[in-house]
Amino acid sequence: MSDTALIPRLFRTEFRKITSVLVKLLGMQHIDLAEDIAGETFLTALETWPYKGVPENPTAWLYTVAKNKAKTYLTRNRIFTDKIVGHLQNESSLITEIDIDLSEQNITDSQLQMLFAVCHPSISTEAQIGLALRVLCGFGIDEIANALLTNKETISKRLVRAKEKLRAEEVNIVFPAISEIDHRLKTVLTTLYLLFNEGYYSESSDAVLREDLCLEAMRLTYLLVENEHTDQPPVNALLSLMCFHASRFEARKNENGEIILYQDQDETLWNEELIAKGVYFLHKASQGNILSQYHIEANIAYWHTIKTDTKEKWENILQLFNQLLQMEYSPIAALNRTYAFSKVHGKEAAIAQAEKLQLHTNQYYFTLLGELYTGINNDKAKQHFETALSLAKSLAEKQVIQKKLGNIA
Amino acid sequence: MDEFILIFRHMDGTKVASPEQIQVWMKQTMDWVGGIAAQNKFVSGTGLSFDEPRVAWHNNVVTNGPFGDIKETIGGFIIVKAESVEEAVEFAKGSPVLQGEGNSVEVRKIARKN
Repeated sequence: MSDTALIPRLFRTEFRKITSVLVKLLGMQHIDLAEDIAGETFLTALETWPYKGVPENPTAWLYTVAKNKAKTYLTRNRIFTDKIVGHLQNESSLITEIDIDLSEQNITDSQLQMLFAVCHPSISTEAQIGLALRVLCGFGIDEIANALLTNKETISKRLVRAKEKLRAEEVNIVFPAISEIDHRLKTVLTTLYLLFNEGYYSESSDAVLREDLCLEAMRLTYLLVENEHTDQPPVNALLSLMCFHASRFEARKNENGEIILYQDQDETLWNEELIAKGVYFLHKASQGNILSQYHIEANIAYWHTIKTDTKEKWENILQLFNQLLQMEYSPIAALNRTYAFSKVHGKEAAIAQAEKLQLHTNQYYFTLLGELYTGINNDKAKQHFETALSLAKSLAEKQVIQKKLGNIA
Repeated sequence: MDEFILIFRHMDGTKVASPEQIQVWMKQTMDWVGGIAAQNKFVSGTGLSFDEPRVAWHNNVVTNGPFGDIKETIGGFIIVKAESVEEAVEFAKGSPVLQGEGNSVEVRKIARKN
């Protein structure tokens, strides 16, 4: 691999590790400094490698440079504080002895602790996602802006505010107390779930970036599964859900980036390995007596990995949506439930259910109504599809609706 | 929006249904509750087991179940959000409990806490 391709790749995997370890060492108040040191390390690589050649072990090289930069900074800063603050006797050799521990164990621990810090209840979910993408996934500001469909300024401001909040709340890079894990884990799982969804449902035109977002969410969830204290049923259920969804990456968009609806997907493109992993984590999630929203959603996703339409399949999906909605309402779950209802009880019964949902600003509501009225009352179906078309925002969605309209005529 | 409790009153709590029949009722009830939840109008609710029912009376008397001279009993309840008692009654009308002759669903507004 040429060094121009190698450095960005290493940046994605190593930047976050160096940052997490340094923040753990220096404390949350120095998060910007940690990011700067990690960033400068890669800058040094960019300046050196093209002339001196890529070192034999690039990762080890990066760690050494990062350690030296951190030590230099600490020593300099030490001299500065000493001059201002005066003598701090008997501690003068302390800094040079500080070991910057970039061992695999400490990297994993630091990232896990950082995950808990970033998903602190004191900062908004939006900011948690941005911060996670920056310090835990090594995304650049413009990548985050692109993935979240906003501009760089908004993201920068959001990150600055989030970091200020973390400093103000004196959030530490520590593993939460065992008694607190369940409570803190809830926020972490919500953020990881949303992070995954940002990628999965993103309108961003950058397909690689969208998938990266999903894979990062899966990697972070996997970190939790690997730790004995956080390897809990809801975590496994969430990972299972992500595996099932991710198994359809290839099948859900065509080469022009147009969405292919579930029923039209070529199931030979579904990733068998990810489906098998999903089943494995779902099985692990079933141990114990906790039933989370993720359990139900993973179960629904499981049934969707069986392409053949059977009565049993749709009855199970319907019952799961019934359960999910009692636990946590969302318009998309309400619409999907109604679709499953039509599969079990027929279109006419489902129309009566659908019309009670009253989601008049939601394009998918009208797409569903159009779908249900097709073959029952085609004029009404057309009207609904046209309303959906006027509400649809992206080209990809408009194409899907237009295709459905074409099918009626 | 107010909250209303829908109380399922069964005419005869001593009747034993077949497992298949129970299965059908369960699904119907889940679909009914799911339909309310899909409108974001479901608050909470539960079915009540008919096993080992007891009634504690005045003067420290405890009897087995509510079934004596009157067999009517409560099978469960749900709490819903509704704009009016009429809307809550519309929800109640869909309850599968009403398929049983003599059964009823009592609709009562939840007293406000303030």
